[in-house]
Amino acid sequence: MSVFDGLKFRKVYSPIHNLDPRIKFVYVISIFVVAIIFYQIIPLLLLFLLQIPFVLLARVQRQWLRSLRGAAFFALLIFVINVGTTFFTSGYSLTAPIIESAAALTLRFVVLVESFSVFFLTTSPDHLGLALEESRVPYEFAFAFTTAVRFVPVLAEEAQTIMDAQKARGLELEKGGLLKRIRNYVPVLIPLIVSAIRRSLELAEAMESRAWGATKKRTNLYALKLHRGDYALIIITVGILAASVYIRLFVPIPTIAQLI
Amino acid sequence: MAIIETKNLSYTYPGASKPSILDVSIKVEKGEFVLITGPSGCGKTTLCRTFNGLVPHFYQGELKGEISVAGIDTLKHNTYEMAKHVGLVFQNPENQLFALSVEKDVAFGLENIGVPRAEIRKKVDWALNQTGIYDLRERSPHEISGGQQQRVAIASVLAMEPEIIVLDEPTSFLDPLSAEKIFDVIYDLNKNQGITVILVEHRLDLTAKYASHLIVMDEGKVRFEGDPREILSSEETRLIGVGIPKATLLYQMLKKQGLNLSDTTPLSSEELADQLLEALKPND
Amino acid sequence: MIEAQNVHFSYANKVEALKGVSLTIKDGEFLAIMGQNGAGKSTLVKQFNGLLKPTTGKVLVDGVETTKTSVASLARNVGFVFQNPDHQLFSETVEDEIGFALKNFGFEHKVIEERVTWALNLLSLTQYRKTSPFLLSGGERKRVALASVLAWDPKTLILDEPTIGQDHEQKEILRQFILQMQTQNKTVVIVTHDVEFVAECNPRVVLMKDGNIVAEGVGKDILTNPTVLAESSIVLPQIAQIFMKLAPLGFPKNIIDIYEAKDIILKAKENKVQP
Repeated sequence: MSVFDGLKFRKVYSPIHNLDPRIKFVYVISIFVVAIIFYQIIPLLLLFLLQIPFVLLARVQRQWLRSLRGAAFFALLIFVINVGTTFFTSGYSLTAPIIESAAALTLRFVVLVESFSVFFLTTSPDHLGLALEESRVPYEFAFAFTTAVRFVPVLAEEAQTIMDAQKARGLELEKGGLLKRIRNYVPVLIPLIVSAIRRSLELAEAMESRAWGATKKRTNLYALKLHRGDYALIIITVGILAASVYIRLFVPIPTIAQLI
Repeated sequence: MAIIETKNLSYTYPGASKPSILDVSIKVEKGEFVLITGPSGCGKTTLCRTFNGLVPHFYQGELKGEISVAGIDTLKHNTYEMAKHVGLVFQNPENQLFALSVEKDVAFGLENIGVPRAEIRKKVDWALNQTGIYDLRERSPHEISGGQQQRVAIASVLAMEPEIIVLDEPTSFLDPLSAEKIFDVIYDLNKNQGITVILVEHRLDLTAKYASHLIVMDEGKVRFEGDPREILSSEETRLIGVGIPKATLLYQMLKKQGLNLSDTTPLSSEELADQLLEALKPND
Repeated sequence: MIEAQNVHFSYANKVEALKGVSLTIKDGEFLAIMGQNGAGKSTLVKQFNGLLKPTTGKVLVDGVETTKTSVASLARNVGFVFQNPDHQLFSETVEDEIGFALKNFGFEHKVIEERVTWALNLLSLTQYRKTSPFLLSGGERKRVALASVLAWDPKTLILDEPTIGQDHEQKEILRQFILQMQTQNKTVVIVTHDVEFVAECNPRVVLMKDGNIVAEGVGKDILTNPTVLAESSIVLPQIAQIFMKLAPLGFPKNIIDIYEAKDIILKAKENKVQP
């Protein structure tokens, strides 16, 4: 699924990958806010183009483009719905400004999706887990996150094994109408769930045996330190926010129609 | 004083119809290498879990009798307090590792008790080196083999510098070669670091030679306790269903047929081979 | 008869797990496939019931190419017991569990009843007929999984690491059980790294390493060849280890059976000469 490809992490090291995830996240939220402030196409276009240097620096162009392709369908849907509803509610007129504003809204959606995509493409689960641990989020949540990431491949393999085991007993997952096919998955789901429960029990035992809950003041082997790149990003983020607010309040923005 | 001492220890899991351990009274001295064995369901797994308090604190239910581990009454202390004195390594390597890198897993226990970062680093590196996995420290637990995963589990318990390490069938899922490597690591920790080791195992052919103290359990009770050589030569032990090492069985068969072998019951193939070489020297 | 002809197999992530494996398993044979984790043992046996199909090369089960038929139809004759019974158990009662495959294969209700009773009996599970499989002990669950495969009486039985987690008694029962299957002329294939168990059963042994078969032959010969074993990360069985050390006295090296060992040693002592 190409949209999800955009979210998968790639083990490439670049200046963007090494940035503190918390700062990156703040940057992404700021882009989000800016995208909402504006409804004209020119600033949104600028915002979209702003992502590109980050993508190139992080060398994740291919996956990013793939996620763009995935988002294209929804983008088109938004565009058509927008044009459609405006068309029907403003007396059947299809003028340039209408199309332009629909395009702007579509672009807003794309900018939101793409900035998150860059975030996830350039942040490893380890890094993300560490960021969660170092932030004010209670440790239980950070732990739940990293444990989930840790066991996803294990569960996937187990699901495959269970399917194989049941197929070897004559279960035919592909056969039958929709209802029968859903029922066919019961012999796969139940062992999977039971196994997950057993696994949780064993994990809990192991955690308890290693002093889980000994103190609320947990320490950490790793530490997230802010580097020059992080400070640069902070400055960039503040700059964009400030500029955006100023422009929104004081600078009138022409539409493309007016420029032509 | 013994490092582990139990008196008439009995425990029934909530909802179970009969006790898993009954009237267990054992004594373990500091620095010993204890081997606990017995047929499936004999209670050895439950007994292990009383040593660090999982029974009764995690499993609930009532633990009757007296127990003292590293001088602490486990009934009156939390599992997390016991964790500093007793490390427990479980059977399934995969379900003991929850972090995204090996060294983070090894650090887990130390992080939980709030050890300062620099110290964690030192202890983690030490534990990784002791178990021979320093090179794997940045790898993800899913990428490494079962044997390596178990060594990570041992390292993560070792990092907390416990006086006692308990291992509950740690090599069940491993091939014989990986299993041997694990036993070497454990034996080394016992001999060179003075850590008291309690190992639960079926594979006596691989482990009997390490033990100074053997405990055989059956149906929740301790049936035999003491010198491994004595216990493994007894017919009663065999009848319980314990897998006597082949070398020991062969020794007994040969002795019965009159072969002049030494009086020391061998526990490994090396020992028996040496005895045979002596006994079969051509007479000059 | 099961035939693998120059089978190459690669997983989706391009890792080549089988690099040209050729093997013939005759009807009624007892075969042990051994090797380190990752050698390709499980990948190979999954070719025999069609769970995996060769990337190149052919696998024929009773003359039929596995690529030309479904897993379900191959499963009728090739029963596969997986290592972890919990990967199969899902029914409300042991009875339902054992009858699951029979239902899938379209057996009649009356036949299913008979077969289930037979399988329960065979594996001493009759008292658990109406019990939930989840309430049974580890060893009992393993027996239920085995019973559910035996129920449809496949010609061939493949057991994947059947000795893991089993105590001495349980392994002995398993060994007897395999012998019983052999008297019924079933083909039995076990995938294992338990040398002592294989030494006691003395089947034909196939040794794998890195996706290839590196040695094949009588258990006695394969399990006592230290160079071959070292390459495949298998250890010598205890009896063989003893005889390895006794080699300077002229003893044969390929002994794995404890009774044979006893006889040879006593004979040597009698003769007071080197054997």
